[in-house]
Amino acid sequence: MRRVLTLYSTTIGKKVVMAVTGILLVGFVLGHMIGNLKLYLPAHDGMAAIDHYGEGLRSFGAPFLAHGQFLWIARSVLILAVGLHIWSAISLKVRSNAARPIAYKRVAYEDSTLASRTMIWGGVLLLAFIVFHLLHFTTGTITPGFDFEHGAVFANVTGGFSNVGVAIFYIVAMVALAMHLYHGVWSMLQTLGANHPRYNSWRKKLALAIAIIVAVANISFPVAVLTGLVG
Amino acid sequence: MKLKLHIWRQTSQDAPGAFADYELDDVSPDMSFLEMLDVLNERLILDEQEPVVFDNDCREGICGACGMVINGHPHGPQKLTTTCQLHMRKFRDGDELWIEPWRAKAFPVLRDLMVDRSALDRIIEVGGYVSVNTGGVPDANAIPIGKGVADLSMDAAACIGCGACVAACPNASASLFTAAKITHLGVLPQGEIERNTRVQEMVAQMDEEAFGHCTNHGECDAACPKGISVDFIARMNRDFVRGVTREPITR
Repeated sequence: MRRVLTLYSTTIGKKVVMAVTGILLVGFVLGHMIGNLKLYLPAHDGMAAIDHYGEGLRSFGAPFLAHGQFLWIARSVLILAVGLHIWSAISLKVRSNAARPIAYKRVAYEDSTLASRTMIWGGVLLLAFIVFHLLHFTTGTITPGFDFEHGAVFANVTGGFSNVGVAIFYIVAMVALAMHLYHGVWSMLQTLGANHPRYNSWRKKLALAIAIIVAVANISFPVAVLTGLVG
Repeated sequence: MKLKLHIWRQTSQDAPGAFADYELDDVSPDMSFLEMLDVLNERLILDEQEPVVFDNDCREGICGACGMVINGHPHGPQKLTTTCQLHMRKFRDGDELWIEPWRAKAFPVLRDLMVDRSALDRIIEVGGYVSVNTGGVPDANAIPIGKGVADLSMDAAACIGCGACVAACPNASASLFTAAKITHLGVLPQGEIERNTRVQEMVAQMDEEAFGHCTNHGECDAACPKGISVDFIARMNRDFVRGVTREPITR
């Protein structure tokens, strides 16, 4: 136990926790985006492709796993990852706020980016988005302008995004996600010490590529529904 | 050239500080920044006012004693330059300059622009050394060291410990300083023996000194007068995890 405590009690240990949970969350974001893209596939067997995909997620691992069990395992891991990510972020932020009690009168940024300086606020916005997203499309608790039906993913998505306000919130959240990813992906490689002169120039490009791909793909869904391309 | 200066004045560590305004009419562009402050101080002394206190020593850019934040830039706007090596020709006639001390909880202001940087010394104390057996002086070059390793170590050893990295960091983190010192010793065979424990001791001390954490902004790298790279921070992070898992210390 001493080892774990030693690691987590230090700032670097907390950053390692943020980076490792960050990898899990980036992986989830990419997987979720790829799943979402099935919105564009043609329907078959009288059912939208994305509805087949949703059912596939619930029956994943059968017969070893019971119906829906895989999803709950994935959710548990993600909730734990998000929780650790946020807890580490807050404890580090409290620390760094205390590290400079008197602010500078003049501040001139050089290498930091808007993305790097807004990580904590982007994170807060993303948490709000995640809560709303779950209430909107997972539980169907908040359904402005459409009737939610469990399992009817295509109908829920097209119905959900027909509300312009909701669609705009999703788009704003995805821009925030892209910024969070742009700094986060690079930062997590740095935190984990993934640093080598041969590959260093690729790290920021990788971060930028992931950020752009995720943002463009995910923003396309509400735009496609609003413009009538899908639905 | 004429300058309008706003300089942080603080009589002691516990006293509240404030900016005081000064105007200089006859600044030579060939003066260094510190010489410009010397001129101001001579005038203040003649006027029977307290001169502005600031740290300085070699005035050659190699000792790490000087340092102040000029218009938001630690050591001023010129890259790879300490405050003493910054010349007034880098500014324009009529410029307005805000001059502040390094701002960090771990660097309490002693007076005006002078801060107490002994927190950095305490980080060195816990691990910034190599253990050498006593006895005869070892032969020079008795331990062969590859060119790449020697260069890496020398790049890290270029750190003069001025604290500009802490001053520039939005989190007031001393990660760049600590990483440079860890790398400087840890990559060499003489320092390899204590590599696992050194990084843990120094990181733990860095945390104890109330510095912030590293969020990889890269501001330290940009402000460093010696061009120390944030790559060293990645190396420190990797070394730290390695140390904690292989040779955990009790602290």
